[in-house]
Amino acid sequence: MQTLAVRIWRGGADGDFQRYDVPRRDSQTVLDVVTHVQRVIDPTLSYRFSCRVGMCGSCAMTVNGVARWTCRTHVSKVAVNDTLELAPLSNLPIVKDLTTDMTVFFDKWASARGQFKGDKTRADDFANVVPETPARKAADAAIECIGCGVCYASCDTVSWRPDYLGPAALNRAWSLVNDVRDTAQNERLRAIADDAGCHACHTHTSCAERCPKSLSPTAGISGLKKLSARAAIRGELD
Amino acid sequence: MKPSTQAKLWYAQRISAMVLALCVLVHLVTILYAIKSGLSASAILSRTQGNAAFAAFYGLFVVAVAIHAPIGLARVVEEWLGWRGRSLGIVMLALAALLTAMGARAVWGLYGG
Ligand code: HEM
Ligand code: SF4
Ligand code: SF4
Ligand code: FES
Repeated sequence: MQTLAVRIWRGGADGDFQRYDVPRRDSQTVLDVVTHVQRVIDPTLSYRFSCRVGMCGSCAMTVNGVARWTCRTHVSKVAVNDTLELAPLSNLPIVKDLTTDMTVFFDKWASARGQFKGDKTRADDFANVVPETPARKAADAAIECIGCGVCYASCDTVSWRPDYLGPAALNRAWSLVNDVRDTAQNERLRAIADDAGCHACHTHTSCAERCPKSLSPTAGISGLKKLSARAAIRGELD
Repeated sequence: MKPSTQAKLWYAQRISAMVLALCVLVHLVTILYAIKSGLSASAILSRTQGNAAFAAFYGLFVVAVAIHAPIGLARVVEEWLGWRGRSLGIVMLALAALLTAMGARAVWGLYGG
């Protein structure tokens, strides 16, 4: 039987790779490989997953040096000469093995005012949002984020200045900035327009290239730059 | 830095980048023209001296550089040295002044002589 030589990161930040031989199967995903190791070879291996169908965003890892969602990444697409190297996501503290501490990642969503704020109650009628308006189209283009952290782990700017809010939080802010029902717009622009916000982005587009949902945080961030500049000139950010 | 200041600086850099793109194009065409027609240094000077349009164009070029470069460099310095705030602003203003002075000197050299 054909086998895969899999190197998996074990331990914390000062850990090391360890080698496992895993049977190669048809239509095998990277997550299948990790699951085989944990179930059959070494039950102490820690990793995260939940939905296994690309919806929950919990299974992202570094696969042969590139951040990917592992449940929907086929081994055939990424294995080089039947070898795989699996590590935790970059730019996040390692808890153990393949699990990272995502606290900072999600705290930054909160810092970017990633919460919806409306002024309607359940007594009010539904808001009418026309799908064809430019704002709604922009929001729709950003809304499918599953919070996997692949973009954040792929962004060099996050590595260089750890206080940068990062592509996922800014993408979230962009989807809300384009939500006509939201009432905290200037507050949100103030939160994302400082030097650790959208202005730290260099338009590398690594985030857009790697996002498994094919979103473009880069496009949203450049939209935020324009919107915040316009608001600043009108004096709305003071 | 205040978000409103940051956002305005970005806008200034974006606009000055557009001006620079245009200026570089005009500048290149001018150089090509001067070389193609084999103009000597003194022939070039005789065309530039006292030419207000020439001085205005290169004056604009200098102003765009003086706005564009310090904003971009400040971004790099913030990221790589972790240096931010008022002291960085002052140094970048000084750089803008230096670039303006050097540029103005060059423009004057061709226009006034
Ligand atoms: C010669 C013509 C130039 C053109 C056409 C140009 C164009 C641009 C453009 C389009 C941007 C992006 C700005 C934005 O986000 O809207 C930019 C940013 C920048 N420019 Fe220039 N530039 C020029 C010269 C310079 C010079 C002379 C310097 C410095 C010595 C410089 C340093 C920078 C830096 C550091 C950034 C910021 C990059 C970032 O934050 O990702 N540029 N430039
Ligand atoms: S485009 Fe911006 S957010 Fe995306 S990877 Fe580059 S610097 Fe990071
Ligand atoms: S933008 Fe894409 S890569 Fe980033 S967290 Fe959302 S789904 Fe993942
Ligand atoms: S396990 Fe849910 S996205 Fe991969």
